Amino acid sequence: MSTGHRLVLDEVRITLAGSTLLELDAEIGPGEVFTVMGPSGSGKSTLLGYLAGFLSPAFQASGRILLDGHDIASLPAERRGIGLLFQDPLLFPHLSVAGNLRFGMPRAMPDKAARGETALAQVGLAGFGPRDPATLSGGQKARVALMRLLLSEPRAVLLDEPFSKLDRQLRHDMRRLVFDRLREAGLPSLLVTHDREDAEDAGGRVIELGQ
Amino acid sequence: MRPLVTAIALSLILVPPAAADSWSQVLDEARGQSVYWHAWAGDTRVNDYLEWVKRQVRDQHDIELVHVKIDDTGAAVSRVLAERSAGNHDDGSIDLIWLNGENFAAMKENDLLFGPFAERLPNFALTFPEHNPEVVTDFTLPTEGYESPWGKAQITFYYDADEVGDEPPRSMTQLLTWAEANPGRFTYPRLPDFLGSTFLKQALIALVDDSDALYEPVAQSDFEDVTAPLWEYLDALHPHLWRSGRQFPANGPELRRLMADGEVALAFTFNPAEPAAAVADFELPETTRSYVLDGGTLGNVHFVAIPFNSPRRAAAMVVADFLLSPEAQARKQDISVWGDPTVLDVTRLDAETRALFEQARDNPALLAPEALTETLPEPHPSWMTALQDAWQARYVGR
Amino acid sequence: MLRLAPWLIVILLVGPILAGLTMAVLPAFGYLPALGGHAFSLEPWRLLLAQPGLARSVGVSFASGLITTAISLTVVLLFLAGVSGSRLDRWIRRLVAPLLSIPHAAAAFGLAFLIAPSGLLSRLVSPGLTGWERPPDVLIVQDPWGLSLMAGLIIKEIPFLLLMCLAALPQLDPERRVAMARSLGYRPTTAWLKVVTPSLYPLIRLPVFAVIAYATSVVDVALILGPTLPPTLAVSILAWFNDPDLSRRFMASAGAVLQLGVTAAALIAWWCLERLVARLGRHWLARGGRGSGDSPLRLAGKGLIGLATFTAFAGIAGLALYSIAGFWRFPDALPQGLTAAHWLRALPALAGPVATTALIAIGATLIALALTLAALENEQRTGRQPAQGRLLSALTLLYLPLIVPQIAFLFGLVVVMESLGTRPTHALVIFGHLLFVLPYVFLSLAESYRRFDPRWSQLAVSLGASRNGAFWRVRLPLLLAPLLTAAAVGLAVSIGQYLPTLLLGAGRVPTVTTEAVSLAAGGNRRVIGVWAMVQSSLPLVGFIIAVGLPRLLWRNRRDMRGSP
Repeated sequence: MSTGHRLVLDEVRITLAGSTLLELDAEIGPGEVFTVMGPSGSGKSTLLGYLAGFLSPAFQASGRILLDGHDIASLPAERRGIGLLFQDPLLFPHLSVAGNLRFGMPRAMPDKAARGETALAQVGLAGFGPRDPATLSGGQKARVALMRLLLSEPRAVLLDEPFSKLDRQLRHDMRRLVFDRLREAGLPSLLVTHDREDAEDAGGRVIELGQ
Repeated sequence: MRPLVTAIALSLILVPPAAADSWSQVLDEARGQSVYWHAWAGDTRVNDYLEWVKRQVRDQHDIELVHVKIDDTGAAVSRVLAERSAGNHDDGSIDLIWLNGENFAAMKENDLLFGPFAERLPNFALTFPEHNPEVVTDFTLPTEGYESPWGKAQITFYYDADEVGDEPPRSMTQLLTWAEANPGRFTYPRLPDFLGSTFLKQALIALVDDSDALYEPVAQSDFEDVTAPLWEYLDALHPHLWRSGRQFPANGPELRRLMADGEVALAFTFNPAEPAAAVADFELPETTRSYVLDGGTLGNVHFVAIPFNSPRRAAAMVVADFLLSPEAQARKQDISVWGDPTVLDVTRLDAETRALFEQARDNPALLAPEALTETLPEPHPSWMTALQDAWQARYVGR
Repeated sequence: MLRLAPWLIVILLVGPILAGLTMAVLPAFGYLPALGGHAFSLEPWRLLLAQPGLARSVGVSFASGLITTAISLTVVLLFLAGVSGSRLDRWIRRLVAPLLSIPHAAAAFGLAFLIAPSGLLSRLVSPGLTGWERPPDVLIVQDPWGLSLMAGLIIKEIPFLLLMCLAALPQLDPERRVAMARSLGYRPTTAWLKVVTPSLYPLIRLPVFAVIAYATSVVDVALILGPTLPPTLAVSILAWFNDPDLSRRFMASAGAVLQLGVTAAALIAWWCLERLVARLGRHWLARGGRGSGDSPLRLAGKGLIGLATFTAFAGIAGLALYSIAGFWRFPDALPQGLTAAHWLRALPALAGPVATTALIAIGATLIALALTLAALENEQRTGRQPAQGRLLSALTLLYLPLIVPQIAFLFGLVVVMESLGTRPTHALVIFGHLLFVLPYVFLSLAESYRRFDPRWSQLAVSLGASRNGAFWRVRLPLLLAPLLTAAAVGLAVSIGQYLPTLLLGAGRVPTVTTEAVSLAAGGNRRVIGVWAMVQSSLPLVGFIIAVGLPRLLWRNRRDMRGSP
């Protein structure tokens, strides 16, 4: 896991009806969190959509997305190996906490139950496996969502304002937890946010869109 | 089993040996076939009787009878037509239709019927057509073997004795006087309903001086001239009818429901046993009584016919024959089953078979048997259509 | 495969209707070789126009379409304006389903028995209050103006429009809009009418058009409640088609084309009314009235919808009572005795039709669900969504079977089917039902499906699930409740179908509804009561499952209850 992955955005350019929305060149190393800042409407979410493989057909995009040297721009979303963390934890409400964790684990992964339990213990949620996600607090949900992401063994991670809905105290703790874990796993990450503190805590390079 | 044996014995005497052979071929061919019988299903008693027929032909002839329940026989005629228009000449969906009068006339005129087949049915002889021309005449039209008689109907009036007393109106003129004295307590089904049309014909026969013209096609007489007294009568009657003649029930059963709800006090039906049956079913009060008009009322025979494109004619014929069997006819006439009068000439049957048709007569709502002896024959079917059109032109949209 | 789904739907819906209409138009101009019509002529039209009372028939059909719709829509909007945002919402939601599941024919029978001069209401107050020993001789049911017909239709169209509104509302976020307007000083009901209605109407426009089309051309309700001298146009057409005088078929076809015109005219008239109301409404909005008449509006909405609901249920209760009644004559408020005889008599005959009804309804609903899900999933994956509310969109085609009167194309369709050599079978009837089940299933499900948060699927896919995996493991389970509701609606629509079952099944495929209507010809209220109860309870089973199953499955999943 700690071998380290590398995400390269090579002349990525997204246009809407002929006019350029954003252009970006970036190289994100293992464990690095690259922050993209900008007000709403600057194309942050569109960029994430393009990288993850969900670009709305209204937009056109060009440029290469190199993950460990392979261009994944033409691959379907599920084969890109890019994980997502949203504003909301989005725990599947029809599954238990453990079911949520197992959902993301690769099919061939052995000892899924044990791994899930270990992952929960790592974030202070030991024994929460059988619980209904709806009974968890906001912070607990966010931690389950993070572990679900990590257990799915992505090769890069996109963070879509993942802390904006947490209250101030929790936000700081979560940032630390998330960034530490991503660094530990050696995952290149791209964070979009409009919160400067997010960028500062991330500790990586920051670029601003829409200027 | 005795009645059946008798019936077969009778048929063997009456039908030449060659025909008997060919009938046994028909029976063989019919085995295992299904028969789709399109029959009006507005009465649970009729439906229950058909259920019984279904079980009998399954046990006796290995025929699977399916009662296709319809609310308008015209729809079945219409379907045969649709099939022919689509070029379906040998695989129709209807094997047997319950019909008479204008439906028969329409199908025969358009060559939509299979036949002649009635004379081939062994039990048909029990109707003694040479003595009973009504079983081979449908609204003046000779059936020519294209339909087989099944039952009889005769206009029968019924009333609530609690309100009307013992002296209900016994003629068309008395009816008008009665309606004037009892406004809103009588009505008749709106045309083109079959029973409503029959009421008009009944009135027409009573009101014209010479009814001979009614038994020839309507085109041969001056319709307006002949029917003038009828319209005069109806114009006088309508203001005193239920809802002041601005609304009429749709059909006989709805008329019966109006009696049941107490909305009218005098009504009529085509089935002489219907009032008594409705009393037994809690529908009509126990004070219901039946009678026919002085001088007789219109009566007719209803039949079953086989569409030209039925793929299962043999089985359809076997069913038609079973319907004519003394066993089936006696059960049909039973007041507790259906109460539909038989088409067999009971007086000419042997004593044993005749005994089947005797029944208890203790129901006060039931018509006296001698009342049905005075039957007026149906006019030519073209009169029915002409009356329907004229009535609608006169009273619809007013 | 998925890409074929929208096309399959269009072909399935449009093909039969166009074919059926063609076979109505040709005979209308004298062409039907099987009946000897080899040359085009205007004779059928001449005959049609000479029919007594035709203008009256047309007038009642036209008026009942517009009046029924206007009243139903007004009641629904007033009611929604009055309760929006309150707890009543959930209670009403629960009531909509059983109301909707009562088949039109059963509701009509119930109403007829309720309001007739010898009916339940009159019996309850007689002779005590009225002194009536006999039913008064007044014309209420089947009145020549079609008022009782309209009342019967309104009772059934209110729940339909209410359901359509409830489905469309969440995307408008009415609570926030009303809160905003209230902060500007508007009273709540007025606020709702001013800020929600203008956005809501475009979303329910097509269902409203479907109501107009239905009300102008309905057959079974008009048979029971409609005027008789003359009947409505659709009922007249049915009679002409069934007339043993076969030459009337040409005239009947001309009548079918005329019916198409009457429905179209009603739609156009409504469209003009829309313009007018929009124009007047703009003044009303701009004038800035804050709603001094707020309470009367709210009370009217609640009162009217309460009356409609009560009437529907009281009618059904009356029929239920009649199904076990012994002798029961005016003016007795209750039967003299109760008996199970009517039920016992009907039971042996019930099994077959109930099984057939279930088979056809489940078959048609499953096919409709599969096609609908395929089309909606395809829409999600290609990212293309049809524009809503616009008249000329793919969605309009979906409404075609609901807007083209059944009577105008079904007879032609039977001729087409016959000439293709298809024989009446269960499969053919299922196909016929699909025409009407599919649009309703699609419309019930589309809103939930399209509003479904796309991030769920994105998340599932980013976690390594395939597109199909995300569909089966995330989307379907999360949408289980609306999916089951759509299925229940589909079942109810199929169970209520009369004309398609009768015509395409050639009467050989007896369902509860065809049996009930044919027995209704017998006029025996006890028998009608039994069959109407059976007919009403079957769709109810579907709705009970739709409500109960998610609760059972998700009893340990709090966020899945009452969602989405």
